[in-house]
Parts: sequence; C-alpha cells; structure tokens
Amino acid sequence: MNRRDSLKALGLSTLSAGLLLEACKTDTTKTAETADTKTETAEAEPGRQPYEIERDKKLHADKFFTTAEMLTITVLGDIIIPKDEKSGSASDAKVPDFIEFIVKDIPEHQTPMRGGLRWLDVQCLNRYNKIFTDCTSAQQIELIDMIAYPKKAKPEMAQGVAFFNRMRDLTASGFFTTKMGFHDVGYVGNAPNKWTGVPPDILKQYGMENV
Amino acid sequence: MSDLQIKKSSETYDVVIVGSGAGGGMAGYVLANAGVKVLMLEAGAYFDPQKDSQQLKFPWESPRRGAGTTRPFGDFDAAYGGWQLEGEPYTTKDNTDFQWFRSRMLGGKTNHWGRISLRMGPHDFKAKDGLTDDWPITYDEVKPYYDKVDRLIGIYGSKENLENEPDGIFMAPPKPRLNELFIKQGAQKAGVKVIPGRGAVLTEALPGNKDRSPCFYCGQCGRSCKIYGDFSASSCLVIPAVKTGNLKVITNAMVREVLTNKEGVATGVSYVNKEDMLEYQVNAKTVILGASAAESARILLNSRSEAHPGGLANSSGVVGRYLHDSTGSSAGGFLPQLLDRKRYNEDGAGSVHIYSPWWLDNKKLDFPRGYHIEYGGGLHMPSYGFGSGIQNMNGMVPGRDGKMKEAGGYGAGLKDDYRRFFGAQFGMAGRGTAIARYDNYCEIDPQVVDKYGIPVLRFHYKWAPDEIKQAKHMQETFQEIMHNMGAIYAGPQGADTNYGLEAPGKIIHEVGTVRMGDDPKKSALNKWCQAHDCKNLFVVDAAPFVQQGDKNATWTILALSMRTAEYILQERKKLNV
Repeated sequence: MNRRDSLKALGLSTLSAGLLLEACKTDTTKTAETADTKTETAEAEPGRQPYEIERDKKLHADKFFTTAEMLTITVLGDIIIPKDEKSGSASDAKVPDFIEFIVKDIPEHQTPMRGGLRWLDVQCLNRYNKIFTDCTSAQQIELIDMIAYPKKAKPEMAQGVAFFNRMRDLTASGFFTTKMGFHDVGYVGNAPNKWTGVPPDILKQYGMENV
Repeated sequence: MSDLQIKKSSETYDVVIVGSGAGGGMAGYVLANAGVKVLMLEAGAYFDPQKDSQQLKFPWESPRRGAGTTRPFGDFDAAYGGWQLEGEPYTTKDNTDFQWFRSRMLGGKTNHWGRISLRMGPHDFKAKDGLTDDWPITYDEVKPYYDKVDRLIGIYGSKENLENEPDGIFMAPPKPRLNELFIKQGAQKAGVKVIPGRGAVLTEALPGNKDRSPCFYCGQCGRSCKIYGDFSASSCLVIPAVKTGNLKVITNAMVREVLTNKEGVATGVSYVNKEDMLEYQVNAKTVILGASAAESARILLNSRSEAHPGGLANSSGVVGRYLHDSTGSSAGGFLPQLLDRKRYNEDGAGSVHIYSPWWLDNKKLDFPRGYHIEYGGGLHMPSYGFGSGIQNMNGMVPGRDGKMKEAGGYGAGLKDDYRRFFGAQFGMAGRGTAIARYDNYCEIDPQVVDKYGIPVLRFHYKWAPDEIKQAKHMQETFQEIMHNMGAIYAGPQGADTNYGLEAPGKIIHEVGTVRMGDDPKKSALNKWCQAHDCKNLFVVDAAPFVQQGDKNATWTILALSMRTAEYILQERKKLNV
C-alpha cells in the first residue's frame, strides 16, 4: 500500500490527503535518501528561523572533540549499546557523530564530557599504565564495572559514575532516535492513522475492557 | 545624525489590532468577515502551519534529535520564541522568579499550545467564597460565545453535567491510551473523577468548513497542523480573515505605543518594523490590543500622554496589577505491568485524552479554589532524552530471568532494558487557580529598554500560602493515584521545592493585567473589554481576566474576543466607535 492509498484507507478526505502529501513531499524524499543519522545542513527551510539555520551551520562547521576523544566515545558507546541479534551498535548508528554535535549544541555537556573522558584515562593510566583505548577489553570492562552501577560503585568513583550516567544517556538518545533505533524499540507511529483506542486483545491482556 | 525618521501613513483603518493570537485573531476574524477594514500588526514572522509546521518529521531530521536547545518545547515545536528573546529582555525585582514565554509569530502561542479547551464555569466568574472580585459578567452572558467558538473552531469532549465544568458542543473525544486506562483506574480508586479530555482538535469534519480536515492522530499538535486539524489562530482565524480581503497583516511589526490625541482618544499606534528598523505610525478609528496579557499591559503603560499621564487606560492604576498564572506541579513514574508491552501506533491526538476536573469541596481543605489534572503516557515517539535516567528504573524491577538487576549497567542487557521500558512511563500535572492579587504585578522598568528602545517590563510576583498548600495537595493526590496504579515512582516533592510548584509564568497562563470591572476606579476595562478612559480602545487577550479559574485561558480568550468584536460592530452601527 503506498502512502496515498493508505491515506484513503484511513478515510482522510482528498483535500487533507492532498495537503498532507504536498506538505510531506520534501520530507519523504529526504527520509528515503538519508542514512540513519545524516541531517540536512540547512538551506532555506520552511518553518525554521534564519538564526536557527545559521546556528546549525556554524555548529556543523565547528569541531569540539579531539580524534582521541572521539575514539574513546566510540569505544564507550559500543560498550553501552553493542550489536546484538536485533540491531547494530551505537557506532553503527553513528552515535559518536551525534554526541559531537550535541555537546556543541548544549554546551553544558562540554566540560563534564571532556573532563569525564580525561578522568577515565587517568584512572586507566594509574591502574594499567595505559589510556582507556589502549587497554585490553578486559581492563576496559573492569574499569567500566566500577562506574556503571551507581548503587554499588565506591564513593571515590562517584565522578566516574556521573560521567558514565551522562555518556549512557547520550548514547541512548543518539541510538534510539535513528531508524535503527526505531526499528529496535518497535516504534510504529508518526504516520497518519485513525486512533480507535487500545486494541481489544491488549485491553483483554491487562483486564482493562471495562475501565 | 542618523537617518531615523517616523513614517506616517495617510491611510486610516477602521480598526488596528495588535497581535495575531487567540484574542487578536478572533477579533480580526469577526470584524473582517463583517466588512470592517482591519490592519493587524504582528511582532513576529509570518507562519502558516500548512507550509511551516515540522509535523511528521522524524528525530533524525533534527541534528539535535528534537532537543529543546533553541525551542524550549523541542526542535520540532511550532513556537518561534521562548523564555528569553535576543534583544528583548524583561527584568524582575524583590527576588521574583517570573518566567515570561513569548511566541513571535503569526498566531502566537496558539501554534504550539496543548489545545486543552476548558470553559470557565459559573463559580469562576462569580466565586462562592467571596475571596476575589467578581467578573462584571456571568457565565450565562459568556455561554453563547463559548457555544459559537465551539461551532466555529471545533472541540472534542464529553457531556458530563458538572456544575462548574460546563459542557460544550462536542465532537467525540479520543479514547484513552493504555497507560491512561491505568491512570483512570488508579484515580477513581482515590476518589478522583476522570473524564475524557476537552481539546481543540477535529475528531470529525467541521460542518461548513472546507479549509480544515479531521485529525489523523500523529499526536503532534505542538508542532501545529499542516491540514489545520487543530486550532491555531494562524490557520483557523487570521489566514481565513486575510482571504476576506478586509484584513491586512504586517508581520515583524513591534508596537511601541498607542497614539492618542489631545482629548485622549486613540488615533492609531506606532511600531518598529523589524526588517528595516524604521519607525512607523498607522491611523485607526479603533485600537484593539491582543498582544498577550503582559505585552498589552506593557504597551498601555508605555502609552503616556498629557491626557493619560500614568499610561493609557490606567487612571485606576491597575494596569499591570493582578497578574496571575495557573499553579502547576507534576509527578510521574512507570508501570512495571507494562514492561515488554505489545507495540502498536498509540500516538493519538495531540491534546489530552483524559483529565480530572476539580472534584473536591473546599470546606474540608486548607486552601481556596482548586485544580484540574492533566494526564499522559503511551508508546510515544522516541526523541532526545529517550531512556534518560534508566539507572533510576532498571534496578527496581526484575529482569527477564525474574531476578532483580543492579541499577544502571551497559551492554546487551541494558539495550534490552530500553526496549522493555518503552511505553511504560506516564505523567500527571496539576493546573490550579492562583488568586489574582494586587501585589503581583508587572510594571515598566525605569532603567531598561529593549533593542528597539521600548521600555521593558519588570515583574514582581510571589506565591502565597494558598498556592503552596494547593501544590502540596496535588503532590499528595498524585502519590495516592500512582500507588493505586501499581506504579513505581519517586516520593512526593516537599516543602524545599514548594511541593514542586512551578515558578509563576511557567504554565504560560498569565492573565489579569488589564482587568475588567464596572468601577472605573478599580478596573481598566468595562464589561465589553473597552477602556473606561478611552472608548475606542479594547483589549482582547487574557489581560482583561478578573480571576482565572483552574481552566486554561484560551477558550475564554476566544469567547471574550468574539463578544468584544461583536460589541464593536454594534457600536459602529450606532457610530459610537
């Protein structure tokens, strides 16, 4: 079923379907061509204010993280969200690129991220005489285990816990807002439809038929 | 010497309207359709939801994945504006924390609002407790206009026959989402009534209207609607009014003041054109302000003249005073029963599906008036912030193997947790009556101007024990509901945060700054929203409100603006304005 047919099936009027198709034209082509994380650098975009377009351009042109930092972010991201039978890893979904953008966009992330990465390397140097990315996988995991579980982490690792919490959140944001992430989590909306309530089998499953 | 000059128009309009939101838009719509020549000045850019809405975009179409960096309610939200605008400051005094949201665009804040459309009831216009001033009008006087607004714009809801929650002319409401059924069950067990939401969204075709189509349930009203399936003043009022040929809009026109003659009669307005930065003056027989409660007060206070030394329409001194915003406090959690729930499209409508109208008797309570509760939750589209704080959730329920997990983590197990928790969360927010107080006000800051040289507003606003106790009650109610739902949630917000009571302004229901009343010594406007001191000046936004109920302001703005516009038509016939 193509989009026009599905709109008809939903009982949308010709007018509304027409308007919608017209309005979505650019978006659909973009969506079709776009890789998971590629975002358009703006020309004149409808509904975007000139200062927003300018700002995005500047952010895309700037670089925040060093190559070494990006490498650490990539390793950490894939430790947090690895490839499994259902979907790819954080780096497959270009999460590191997203993190590079978002720290420029939301500068409050910058110092905790940069400082957190440095904290991690110093911890590794003290323990293993190597920076994080030069450590063996076993060493990396040994260190991550000390900061990934807030309730059982030692008090002296609290700064590492705070950093890892932030890194985990950014990785989840970056991963689950891609096509890969949508597919993984099973989100099936953002499309014209007719809402008629919770499907009967699900109402029954939760005993909600009469609520 | 700069080449700054004032460009005076020789044309005189019947009416000039400042602002294009719910109030200005409705007045323009009524007047233009009656053949009146109207000029509308909008301080922001042109905006047509059909072309400019970000509806149906996916998060990966935003480099920030929908984060609210430049737009406070997210990158796809419709509002051009925010809590702070470049070059347009406002100030506070006496440690006030007042937050002022401004949308600089055609249709104003109606492009992104929650579409929750509640009528104020008989006891909101005339309170039983006598604690606040009565409105100069009753519910029965406003009811016909609420009815007309319902028919003109379209609203969903259910007939409930509640005394202070008057029914309207409703389309069918959307059914609750799964999480909302749990909420309903939990609330009812706590003695809290839950009824279908009331929203300005077309769940059916709007009779007689060919420009708008029914909702297709993307749940994105906040982005504004390309098929005009919900109410924005841009799509439903201003753009149709322009099509009559009787209404002209000038965008990027930032109004400085209302001009008056020696007799104190309004003759037009002056404004800055933000594109060429020149000063303009336009003439009109009638001036209508619909710039928003605070902005309209600002314009009046800045319109000083010999005839109006304390600002226009301000011989009473009340302009800027009685500022009040709804109270707000919220809570949320997740439903462990809904882990691993089956997937389906649960986007629904972009306004609330269910809510709780105020249900208690104040005789048994330690605060006056009350609040309603708005609810939400479901399989919503992932966006920036998805899965945030999972370490606060995944240690609280057993994993797939039935064993408790250590909170936080990484790897395949964590990845699976994000899937498991998807769609299990919910939230609830109280929106309550704040008492209109003389001592909560905005005024002109004597020292600060914006980049156009217009003196800015300075806010003074303190919550009183009435509002703080109300927030405490909200928190207690939320705890009981969430307990009954079998939810997992954090404890109540306490005295250290005023029980989660939001800063005034945060709910964006600020009203009351140019109040109506029968007594010109105690009010700025008469019962037609006409200035006591200046008969050809009207205010049609939320500034005229005497005392807001717990109901969101928009539907009342629309009804009052329509009523005022019809009054202006009658007065024009009698040659009074």
